[in-house]
Amino acid sequence: MSKIINVLLVGVGGQGTILASKILTHAAIAQGYEVKMSEIHGMAQRGGSVVTQVRMGENVYSPVIEPGEADFIVAFEQLEAYRWAHFLKKDGVLIVNTQKIVPLPVLIGAATYPDSILDDLKGRVGRFVELDGLKLASEAGNAKATNVVLMGVLSKYMEFSEDFWQNALEARIPAKLLELNKKAFASGIAEAK
Amino acid sequence: MKTLMTGNEAIARGVYEFGVSVAAAYPGTPSTEILENIAKYPEVYSQWSPNEKVAMEVGIGAAIAGARSIVAMKMVGVNVAADPLFTVAYTGIRAGLVLISADDPGMHSSQNEQDNRLYAAFAKIPLLEPSNSQEAKDMVGLALEISETFDTPVMIRITTRIAHSQSLVELNDPIERVVKTYERNPRKYVMLPGNGRARRLVVEERMHKLADYTETVAVNNMELQDQSIGIITSGISYQYVKEALPTASILKLGLTNPLPSGLIKEFAAKVDRLYVVEELEPYIEKEVRILGINVIGKELFPPYGELSVRMVSEKISGQPGITVAPAFDSPIRPPVMCPGCPHRGIFYTLKQLKLVVSGDIGCYTLGAMAPLEAMDTTICMGASISAGLGMIKAHPEMADKMVAVIGDSTFLHSGITGLMDVVYNGGNLTTIILDNSITAMTGHQENPSTGKTLMGQPAPQVDFVSLCKALGVKRITEVDPFDLKTVKEIIKTEVAVPEPSVIIARRPCALIIKNTEKPLQVVDCNGCKACLKLGCPAISFDEENKTAQVDQALCNGCGLCINVCKFNALRKAGDGNV
Repeated sequence: MSKIINVLLVGVGGQGTILASKILTHAAIAQGYEVKMSEIHGMAQRGGSVVTQVRMGENVYSPVIEPGEADFIVAFEQLEAYRWAHFLKKDGVLIVNTQKIVPLPVLIGAATYPDSILDDLKGRVGRFVELDGLKLASEAGNAKATNVVLMGVLSKYMEFSEDFWQNALEARIPAKLLELNKKAFASGIAEAK
Repeated sequence: MKTLMTGNEAIARGVYEFGVSVAAAYPGTPSTEILENIAKYPEVYSQWSPNEKVAMEVGIGAAIAGARSIVAMKMVGVNVAADPLFTVAYTGIRAGLVLISADDPGMHSSQNEQDNRLYAAFAKIPLLEPSNSQEAKDMVGLALEISETFDTPVMIRITTRIAHSQSLVELNDPIERVVKTYERNPRKYVMLPGNGRARRLVVEERMHKLADYTETVAVNNMELQDQSIGIITSGISYQYVKEALPTASILKLGLTNPLPSGLIKEFAAKVDRLYVVEELEPYIEKEVRILGINVIGKELFPPYGELSVRMVSEKISGQPGITVAPAFDSPIRPPVMCPGCPHRGIFYTLKQLKLVVSGDIGCYTLGAMAPLEAMDTTICMGASISAGLGMIKAHPEMADKMVAVIGDSTFLHSGITGLMDVVYNGGNLTTIILDNSITAMTGHQENPSTGKTLMGQPAPQVDFVSLCKALGVKRITEVDPFDLKTVKEIIKTEVAVPEPSVIIARRPCALIIKNTEKPLQVVDCNGCKACLKLGCPAISFDEENKTAQVDQALCNGCGLCINVCKFNALRKAGDGNV
C-alpha cells in the first residue's frame, strides 16, 4: 500500500482539472504504473467544486483517495485548497494557485471568503508551494494554461522522466496550442525551484 | 493495447467489441457517457430516446428481431422502464439484450438512492456486477452470452465509482456484427394471459438453470488466503476490501442473481469469521442468512451512502485508522446557473411574484437555491405538471398563484402526459416550458426538439406550440426569458386566467451558443445590490467601494442585469459613458 502515490486535483468547474489529470495519468502510465482516476461529475460541472483523484502504483485497488492520504494536492484555487487540505498526508505537498474564485454564497453576502487561507495552510502543511499560476499562464500566452503551469510545478516533485511529461503534453494538447503550453509547463517547473 | 477508461467508456467499448447493433438510452448521471461513447462507433446504431421506458422498448424490439441490443439508464430511470422490463423477462429474446443500471450510492447527482440489484431479483433476470473498467467491458460480452444461452434479458449494475472512475482496459478487435433472421413466434412474444402463464413457468425453469450456472461461472470465484477472515463482496466494494484487507480470503461475486448458494456455503465453511461487504441494501447478506449461515454485514456497514477503504478496514479490524486533521471551515461552493443562463430571468420573476413553483429535474432545479429560491417541489422527471395539478385539486384557490416549470427535454420525457391530464381534468394550471434547446444538465444531449440525433443526423424538430395545441391547450405564449418586463406581464396574466395555459420561455443554453457579446461594465453604481438578487456568478459586490462589480472573464454579456438595475449602472461596452 505504501507504494501508492495519491494525487488530488481540486478546483472549480471550468478550470481544466480534467485535462491536467489526463496529462498526469499519461505520464504515470508511461512510467509503468497501474493508474486509477476518479472524478464525480454531474452537478459539479455547473461552477461547483470539482475534485479529480489520481492513484498510481504497482497495484491500485480503490479509485478513491481518503482524508489524510494524499501525497500531493494541486489546488487550482485558494478556497478549494482550504476545503481539501485535510486530505493531505502529514508530509504531503500542497501546491496552491493563489487565484480566487468567489462562490455564490459569498457573492450574495451569505458567507465570507476566508482571508487567512494561505497563512492557515502554511501553518498546517508539511510542504507548501504557492504561485500565481494565472499570471504565469498569461505570460506564457493564455490564461487557460494555468492547469499546465500547475502540472509543471507538480512534475518537480514526481519522479517521472521529463520525456514522459513532454510526451503527455504532446498527446493531450492540440498542436496549435502545444508551444504555449510547453512554455507554461516550463514556467511551472521554474516556479517550483 | 491497454488504455485508461471510465467504466462507461469501457461498456461502450464492450458494446463495440461484442457485436451489439442497437443501443438506446435517456441521459442520466452517472449513465450518460455510455451512449455518448457508443455513438463514437458508427457500426452501432445508437439513439437517445425521450425516456427510459421507450429506450427499453426499442432495445426489446431490436433483440426480438434478432439484433444484439443494449439499453442504459441511471437507477431512477429503471423505475420508468420497469413496466416493459418485467414482461421481457417472460418473453425472452432472440439476440442478446442487456440493461445497464447505473446506481448512485451517496446521491452525487440524484434525487434518491436505490439499490437496483433488487430490481434484477424482482424481475427475475440475471445480474452482473463489475468491479472495474476491464470487468465492465468483459461483462458486456458475458451478459450477451448469458442472455442468448438462457433466453433472457440481463442486467449489468454499476455504481457511480465504476461509471466515472478510470482504470486500464485491454482493447480487442470486434467480433463480426451479425443480426439474426427474425422468427415469428407469437406464443412467446404476445403476452396474452394464456401465453403469459406458460412463460411464467419458463421463467422459473430458467432461474433453476441459472442457479447451476452461477456456481461455476468464472466471475464468481474464491481468493483464498488467510482463512481467519472471509469476505463475500461484489462490485466496487471488492476494490475497497482488497485494499483494506490484503490478506483476507474473499469470495468475489460477479454474477449476483441468482446467487451461488453452493459456493457461498463452501466458502463459509473454509473461514472462521464471515462478513458481507456491500454498498446500500443487504442484498447478498439476506441470501446468505437464508442459507442458515451466520454472517456479519449491515450491523457494521450502513445501508446508505458509499463505503470506503478506511471504513472497511476500521469496521472489520475494530481498530480506528489514522487520525486526520479536521477540515477547515470553508464556505460551500454549490453548483450555480451559468452566467447568461436563460432560466435566470424566469426564476427571478417567479420569486418577485411570490408564486408557488412545482419544479422538475434539470439545470433549472438550481432555481431552488439562494438567492432565487423559486421552487417549492422537485420529485422526479415529469412530476412538475402532474404534481402541480394535484396541488390545485387539493387547493383550488392556489391555481392563481402557482406554476409548473419544466425543461424541454423533461417535457418530452414525461411532461406531455401530465399536461394532457391538466387539460383533460380541467386543471387551470400554468406550465412554463423552459426551452433552452438542449438536454443541458447531463452535458448537452440532443432530444426530439433539437433537430439532431445522437449519431449527428439532422432530425425533424418537435414544435412545442403545435404539440401543446394538440394536447388541447388553448392559451400558449412564447417569450424571451431575458425580456423581464414581458415575462412578468405574461406570467401574471396566465396564472390569473381560469384555464390551462402554457408559456414557452425560449432561449438556448448559454454554453451552446457562440457568444460574441461584450462583457458588461459598471458605471456610477450607487450600491443598491438589486443586481445581486439575480444570483449571477459574474456579479459581485465590492464592500470597500460599495459598488457592484462584473467579472470580465465570467460575464457573457447577456444583459439580464441591465433590466434589474434602476440606475442604469450596468452597461455594455460602447453604450453611453463607457
